[in-house]
Amino acid sequence: MSDYIPVFFTLVFAAVIVAVMVSLNRILGPRTEANAIKDAVFECGNEPTGTAWGVRFAIKFYLVALLFIVFDVEVVFMYPWAVIFRELGWFGFVEMMVFMGILVVGYMYAWRKGALEWR
Amino acid sequence: MSVISKDPALLHDGDEPDNRAISEIVELQMGPSHPATHGTIKFNLKLDGETVIACDTEVGYLHRGFEKMCEQGTWTQTIPYTDRLNYASPLINNFLFCEAAERLAGVTVPERCSYIRTILSEMSRVADHLTCLGMSATEVGAISVGFYMVEAREILYNLSQHITGARVTVSYGRIGGLTRDLPDDFEERMRAAIAHTRTVMGDAEKLLERNRIFIQRMAGVGIISKEDTISYGITGPLLRATGVRRDLRKDEPYMMYDRVEFNVPVGTKGDNWDRFSVRFEEVIESLKIIEQLLGQIEPGPVKVDDPTIYMPDKAKVYNSIEGLMAQFKIVIEGVRIPAGEIYFAGEAANGELGFFLVSDGSGRPYRVRVRPPCFYAMGALAQMLVGGGIADIISTFGMINMIGGECDR
Amino acid sequence: MQGFIDSLLATTTTGLSRELAYLGGMIGFGALVVFGFILPMAGITSWLERRVWAKIQSRVGPNRVGPGGFLQWLADGLKNLLKEDVIPEAADPTLFRLAPYIVVAGFVAAFVAIPFAGSLIIADLNIGILYISAVTSLVVVGILMAGWSSNNRWSMLGGIRSASQIISYEIPAGLSVFPVVLLSGTLSMQGIIENQGWAPVDWHMFHSPFTLAAFLMSYIALLAEGNRTPFDLPEAESELVAGFATEYSGMRSLLFFLAEWGNLYVIGAIMATLFMGGWQVPAFTDNVVLLTVAQFGMFFAKTYFWVFVAMWIRATLPRVRVDQLMSLCWKYMVPIAMVNMFGTALVMVVIPEGSRLMSYALCGLMLFGLVRFGRRVNYHLKRSRRYDTVGAIMPV
Repeated sequence: MSDYIPVFFTLVFAAVIVAVMVSLNRILGPRTEANAIKDAVFECGNEPTGTAWGVRFAIKFYLVALLFIVFDVEVVFMYPWAVIFRELGWFGFVEMMVFMGILVVGYMYAWRKGALEWR
Repeated sequence: MSVISKDPALLHDGDEPDNRAISEIVELQMGPSHPATHGTIKFNLKLDGETVIACDTEVGYLHRGFEKMCEQGTWTQTIPYTDRLNYASPLINNFLFCEAAERLAGVTVPERCSYIRTILSEMSRVADHLTCLGMSATEVGAISVGFYMVEAREILYNLSQHITGARVTVSYGRIGGLTRDLPDDFEERMRAAIAHTRTVMGDAEKLLERNRIFIQRMAGVGIISKEDTISYGITGPLLRATGVRRDLRKDEPYMMYDRVEFNVPVGTKGDNWDRFSVRFEEVIESLKIIEQLLGQIEPGPVKVDDPTIYMPDKAKVYNSIEGLMAQFKIVIEGVRIPAGEIYFAGEAANGELGFFLVSDGSGRPYRVRVRPPCFYAMGALAQMLVGGGIADIISTFGMINMIGGECDR
Repeated sequence: MQGFIDSLLATTTTGLSRELAYLGGMIGFGALVVFGFILPMAGITSWLERRVWAKIQSRVGPNRVGPGGFLQWLADGLKNLLKEDVIPEAADPTLFRLAPYIVVAGFVAAFVAIPFAGSLIIADLNIGILYISAVTSLVVVGILMAGWSSNNRWSMLGGIRSASQIISYEIPAGLSVFPVVLLSGTLSMQGIIENQGWAPVDWHMFHSPFTLAAFLMSYIALLAEGNRTPFDLPEAESELVAGFATEYSGMRSLLFFLAEWGNLYVIGAIMATLFMGGWQVPAFTDNVVLLTVAQFGMFFAKTYFWVFVAMWIRATLPRVRVDQLMSLCWKYMVPIAMVNMFGTALVMVVIPEGSRLMSYALCGLMLFGLVRFGRRVNYHLKRSRRYDTVGAIMPV
């Protein structure tokens, strides 16, 4: 477990970098009075058409997220298998072939259904 | 676009549910302060995800009242304004305006003047195409090609500076001639510039012609049919990319274009790849034209010998009363062009650049109307963009080569 | 790291507890890496990238600040430090401020498990490569956060593009790791390197044709994950203004770029570790310090080779469109990566000892390819224009 203590400290160091740099910028940088035009979001020099938060985004982005979850979970399952593959030999190979076979069926289904098309 | 059912229950068996139907339409303003819109145009987009479903093009951000400004000065004072039309190829505007005014005045310029105008027009066309090709390659991410082409253009601009004294604001043409003759080392420098441009085009060809990413970004994007192109009044490389072999240099020869051999490259489909190839080939053809003309040109005067049209030499102005009076009349009153009107058009880098001039017989233009080639393409832009993505706007708009100064005037 | 500290402890007579010394050593080295290595390295990479582009694009590049413009990165940092820090009225201020922290943490944390030499690593985690792919995914959270919190439609588009791109390419990148994990039987970065030898034939990439293919897949997928050309769509400056970073100014925007250049090093280090034998050098000396220096040099050279290739690609290729990006990932790279994994597994069960002949053949093939490529590059270099041609041909 002691291996993970440096991870924590590195994250702290990263936070220190950002905090120091941003606060230096705050101190050193010029400050102007609040100004409606300056505080507006950038939309190519025009009045913004409105908030970006109310917008529902295209379903295809969610589709990608779904596919990602399916595949990434499989990938995580395969890590332990890969680590001890040498000991497992043929048994492990066939085992994983079956597992992947099922996954590939799902993959082909997604392909046929057009989930992989970007439109 | 096809009809989209909002309700999945209305779909028939076997119908693919249309993913686009479920998402919401987002309005987005692209430009004028956008890296791809040159600060001179605005697209009001309606997006579905990243697909453009409607586009409203707004032009006019660079409107300077060119046509009205031209009516305020003499004919000669109009010439510097024409530099600022298509600032990527100012010499062509210059010469076409002069040609139009000369036709109205019934003046024929000496042969050498005509040769120089043709050579420099082609040089400008090369510079313009290099800008367009290089910048549109840069905009889709191939930065190096852009820098190579700008390097070649730089050589042409340096040459232009050597000849006219300016890189962009040249004001080299005059009604009835040119401001001055070419420098002595022009031919040598021009040939060096041609050789360099050829190397650059070779490098660009190697980088792009078989680059699958680039071809996929360009091919099949921004398609517009031959009929639509004609009915919108689009000319130049955009028209030729659809397969119409229409080039004013060939069809209605002016200057010295009837004395040279050149091909008019045409495309087939009218997509961005065709536009790119047509422009690319035109650069090669223009270089050939320049080489042919360099072989034909002979020494001689570069202006008409008529003090009512072209100012006399400085020696005459300082030493004779007639010369001084002629100079005074032209500077103060302007070149007197007989009353009448004319429409004259030539092939500029982007297509048909026409000048409609009306004279009331005084030394000032009564009306100057310009037919800018890219203004008509702007009208058709929405049609080319709808159905594509945001990324396709970049390549299509880049290949149209909209020049704000010319489009908005 | 522990062996290194053991040898240090042997020389001193203080009664420090061993565990405390290990911990202190790791944290101290961590601080050294973060402040003394990552920050200058990312800055210098930015300078190097601009110089490399300039050479390729026949221009000079930054050459004013310091010798050859070497201090340009410091000048840029200082300039950004003196810029106004603007947060738009409509933005969500908390998330807007938080986003750079997450992006920077995402790439800095990866350095914990990246080896520098045989004994130089902050912590040799036993899940090394899994940890790296996990923490580098933090970047996508930061980018999405930046895009969303800006409340700007361009940023939003950039953020969401980026998220879908990075998570998609996570799959082929993850799958391409498997051939290596299968071969070495461990996830630890040091373990993976120790499973290879210093000679190219002993590298994982030359184990079988499948690992060679996995090696190429891996680089492409990592480039896409690091938002590098030809996959730099999230910040495609000519399309989406500045993508997710549009609203950021001053230091905060610089931090995103810091993360990008830092990520470049991470990409190179992963490639060097997984496929190219990492820091392995021939055992030419018994001197630990000398050996460590040589190992560090070797690892650094291999890493920077890949960093350089990424710069080269960026100067050469246009960027792909978002639909092409997605179909490349899901229709080509995912199946190929799966085949690579199974091919490697098949080779391992059929010939458990591995085939030296195959390694030599693949190595020879690669060498042949490199020589041909090198000759072609040389041919074009000789024919190419010199960057000062403009002045030579056409003086004003």
